Amino acid sequence: MIKKLLSHVREYKGAAILTPLFMLLEVAMEMIIPQFMASIIDVGIGNGDMAHIFRVGIFMLVTALIGLFAGVMGGKYGAIASAGFAKNLRSAMFRKIQTFSFKNIDRFSSSSLITRLTTDVTNIQNAFQMILRIGMRAPASLIVALVMAISISPKLSLVYVGALVFLVIMMIILLPITHRVFTQVFKKYDELNNSVQENVSAIRVVKAYVREKYETEKFHRATTNIYNMFIRAEKIMVVAMPIMMGTIYVVIMLLSWFGAKDVVSGELTVGKLTQLMTYCMNILMSLMMVAMIFVMLTMSVASADRIVEVLDEEPDIRDPEDPVMEVSDGSVVFSHVNFGYHETAEDYVLSDIDLHIDSGETIGIIGGTGSAKTSLVNLISRLYDVNSGSVKVGGRDVREYDVQALRDQVSVVLQKNVLFSGTIYENLRWGDKNATDEECRRACKLACADEFIDRLPDGYDTYIEQGGTNVSGGQRQRLCIARALLKKPKILILDDSTSAVDTATDARIRRAFREEIPGTTKIIIAQRISSVEDADRIIVMDDGRINGFDTHENLLKNNEIYRDVYESQTGGGSGDFDSPGSDDERGGDR
Amino acid sequence: MARPQRKKLTKEDFTANKEVMGRVFSFLLERYKIRFILVFVCITISVLCNVRGTLFMQNLIDDYIVPMVQTGNHDFGPLLRAILQVACFYAAGVAATYVYNLIMIYISQGALRELRDQLFEHMEKLPIRYFDSNAHGDIMSTYTNDIDTLRQLISQSIPQIFNSTLTIVAVLISMIRLSLPLTGITLLMVGVMLVVTGKIAGLSGKYFIQQQKDIATVNGNIEEMMNGQKVVKVFNHEEEAIAKFDQLNEQLYDSASKANTYANVLMPANAQIGNVSYVLIAVFGGVLALNGWTGLTLGKLASFLSFNKSFNMPINQVSQQLNFIVMAMAGAKRIFAMIDEEPELDEGYVTLVNARDEDGKPMECKNHTGKWAWKHYHQADGTTTYQWQQGEVVFDDVDFAYVPEKTVLHNIKLYAKPGQKIAFVGATGAGKTTITNLINRFYDIADGKIRYDGININKIKKADLRRSLGIVLQDTQLFTGTVADNIRYGKLDATDEEVKNAAKLANAHSFIRRLPQGYDTVLTGNGANLSQGQRQLLAIARAAIADPPVLILDEATSSIDTRTEKLVQDGMDRLMHGRTTFVIAHRLSTIRNSDCIMVLDQGRIIERGNHDELINEGGKYYQLYTGKLVNA
Repeated sequence: MIKKLLSHVREYKGAAILTPLFMLLEVAMEMIIPQFMASIIDVGIGNGDMAHIFRVGIFMLVTALIGLFAGVMGGKYGAIASAGFAKNLRSAMFRKIQTFSFKNIDRFSSSSLITRLTTDVTNIQNAFQMILRIGMRAPASLIVALVMAISISPKLSLVYVGALVFLVIMMIILLPITHRVFTQVFKKYDELNNSVQENVSAIRVVKAYVREKYETEKFHRATTNIYNMFIRAEKIMVVAMPIMMGTIYVVIMLLSWFGAKDVVSGELTVGKLTQLMTYCMNILMSLMMVAMIFVMLTMSVASADRIVEVLDEEPDIRDPEDPVMEVSDGSVVFSHVNFGYHETAEDYVLSDIDLHIDSGETIGIIGGTGSAKTSLVNLISRLYDVNSGSVKVGGRDVREYDVQALRDQVSVVLQKNVLFSGTIYENLRWGDKNATDEECRRACKLACADEFIDRLPDGYDTYIEQGGTNVSGGQRQRLCIARALLKKPKILILDDSTSAVDTATDARIRRAFREEIPGTTKIIIAQRISSVEDADRIIVMDDGRINGFDTHENLLKNNEIYRDVYESQTGGGSGDFDSPGSDDERGGDR
Repeated sequence: MARPQRKKLTKEDFTANKEVMGRVFSFLLERYKIRFILVFVCITISVLCNVRGTLFMQNLIDDYIVPMVQTGNHDFGPLLRAILQVACFYAAGVAATYVYNLIMIYISQGALRELRDQLFEHMEKLPIRYFDSNAHGDIMSTYTNDIDTLRQLISQSIPQIFNSTLTIVAVLISMIRLSLPLTGITLLMVGVMLVVTGKIAGLSGKYFIQQQKDIATVNGNIEEMMNGQKVVKVFNHEEEAIAKFDQLNEQLYDSASKANTYANVLMPANAQIGNVSYVLIAVFGGVLALNGWTGLTLGKLASFLSFNKSFNMPINQVSQQLNFIVMAMAGAKRIFAMIDEEPELDEGYVTLVNARDEDGKPMECKNHTGKWAWKHYHQADGTTTYQWQQGEVVFDDVDFAYVPEKTVLHNIKLYAKPGQKIAFVGATGAGKTTITNLINRFYDIADGKIRYDGININKIKKADLRRSLGIVLQDTQLFTGTVADNIRYGKLDATDEEVKNAAKLANAHSFIRRLPQGYDTVLTGNGANLSQGQRQLLAIARAAIADPPVLILDEATSSIDTRTEKLVQDGMDRLMHGRTTFVIAHRLSTIRNSDCIMVLDQGRIIERGNHDELINEGGKYYQLYTGKLVNA
């Protein structure tokens, strides 16, 4: 897994290798300096050799300068390598995701893909930089300092070894405990934040039921819970600092005692003793660093896992070997189609579908939630592959086409449709990059979007905010239809795309379709009977099967489900009063 | 997902922050004065002991090793005593460190809990308008990011800065006592270090701001594209998406690598300046000690050198903490801004009480009687009068605007007699939901009056007003908890039996029974494991158990299929029986039997009457109903 990730360092490999090398150079310089110090004290001051002091002083300065250079270069390359690595990871994931089929996307969900592309990459970037810069440095500095100390006085170095063993044991005891406790705490912490989130979005319910006090008390219990857990966790953490300090102090005292004895007996010089004391800090600080890296690594393993998962995911829809590039007409044929979202699931979402739609026909689809209307149309542009049977468009199996060529001719307005940040023109031209302003306007006229666009101060240059939040639900749907029309497709599929458009406008859009693009096969999924009753034929879906496929009149006569729906919706009249589910009424000031 | 907050540091921040800082400190001191004093005492002990320990190096060499070497008197007794003595100091230092860290846990966690509670309690009191005009993500970020920066401030920055400052002072004094000239050199080098730090920090700050901006752009793009990934696929837009992303990604790499370079350079630069300082002291000190100038001894030099090293660390720490403080102040400012936000005003004094019938007159009583009365307290003469709660609602020429100048409701007049069913129909944006939001005073009207049983609703206590209105909202919101908990939300002390009855009334019982744990099934993420229709049924059950005299049903059934819809409708119909009901609906069957139907258009009532009247009138309602196209 790590190997897989690291392969994305690519052009930053040089920087990634240079970084630890420079850091090692810095460590080397850092370790030499105490040597010179001892020399100044013992030789220079001890013998009263001024020249020696200056000479060594200059060496020290040069060493410091080299150290500075190494540190700066290490810092620079570390930054470049880690930022570059992050860039490559993001880019690789983004590219990979572009090849995903709907099934792949479903498997991950958008929000999880977002986290993987943002938070997880940042975690890896930080961990990578940390490892490059300190991963080598800390252990190296630990080892070098220890070796130096041993070379000065093997006997006194035993003190260090003892201290090290003690601290390592303490870490082994403390780290897992704190890790466990903190994972728990952070989980609770997430829960707390969730409850705030819930309250913010449900504030109307809270207020409508006058539950402010109740919620406040509930929240107080949660914060108290967090309080207690944090205290318990931090109480463990808080012993780390005194242990560390205590160890340093004990080392210093032991060194003083045994060091003094050795100096007096002539085995050690005063300079060497101060040198040993300097290494004390080096060794213990490095140990802390190593522990920190360890913690960071364990934390980023989860992120690495999640990134590799995306990179390893195989898109399950691919172009065939020798693809057909032309869709000859807008006919659609389903023969013995079975389809399910999971390979393993026994019960299919669509079972044994046989269907023949002629080019240029207008087809309505109606049926309850979960009756697989959307699943049915998604097979036509090969957003999903059938489990068995075949779907033919223009006489050829959809799996024979070049996917892009197929989707250019089968234009789908998805149920969950989105606009992107950019002007209305820019959004429309998703359908056709080269569409002229005139063509864009015509498409909008067909989709009845022109009436509101003309009223906007900036007209077609109006900037649509991310997610299309500055247009209402009905307006968004009409823009999405216009965008799909610009493709000039042979087949146009509307998946419940006018639910937020009022009945009258809905009718006008359908009339425009009939009059302006008669040659295009139109497949319209709707909740409202009125949206489909004037179609050439209507498919009634029920529980993954086609329950009826006929004209409005015949279905009314022969199809029980259709008649039921018709009667419940109209009760004599034919329309509904308004467009449900739209959110723009309340937020007049948003 | 919490996106990283953008934090810009400017000069104005520093001045504006003084006030905020004052508030943070008074908040802390008010609650933890004694503990803070204890912390400071402990820190002082810890610092002094630490300094005393460093000074021991001097004693060791000058007072023990050198004399022993020179005199040849190998009596280690005095040294042992000295070491034991310093051990006591060390022990005291360690103990003090432990104690202050321990106290700080209680202070910081206690303060955070208190802040969270205050924040939440206040948030619950804020008017709906606040939630409309502030993005939910921003409100959330106050609880997460901003509180986190404060935790950093309280648990780390404050003790750290105090510790460092004290260390700086103590070390400085000790250094001066050891050698004045060497102290001068050390300070000079500290000056150099500060200048260099300032320069580098300035550069890195510039790029960090750029980096934060670029991160926000890249994350925004990622969010947008991932949410629209299916649309990208449908439109074969992959290449363009990649091209745009690559460009943003490259920008981010550029600023990120620069910002991190400068940040990375800071530490080694300071470390090497520290080393240079060390060398200078060694050389000059060597010269001084060798010549016996200024009374510098070898031991003093050794001590001074270790002070020199320990002097640089706290200075770096303080400059690091300054950044955190600025960030924490920005966070605190947002927290206080929310706490300072004007809460929902409630000047009402009329309350709703349980009442029993006494010769047709309401008498207040404690227990639930199924009957309610409005309780007026008249300030003028100190008397209290009671009046039956009946459910009559009158709108008298009401105007309303979410933002001034943009009136969304004009001259709304309506009269709902007790027990009547009033329906609102009209296109999206006509103002239907807005009208219902005025009855329960989610928003206050600009002009005109709304009377409830003849009482101006401004005079009714909001809590009592809302308690008398049952509302099923357009978007169903459920809470994390069991199904039973969610139904019980309407009446907290409801028995299991009552919960079940409410569920039955709402037609929810049958599906609840089929859930894995029945009524004890835990719902999370706004009932993500339920279908839209099931959630709607639970919301109706929740309203049913509250048994309110007046109902407002703002239905949203666009994604509910006809069969489920029928279930929902049955539940609603049973609930509406005998209550004044306001209905917003798009299904004809719901509306047709209404006592009065209001047809709204662009904030005005353009037609009113019952179904037959409106059909005869042949206006908009007729057109909509018969499906005749209306040419806009």
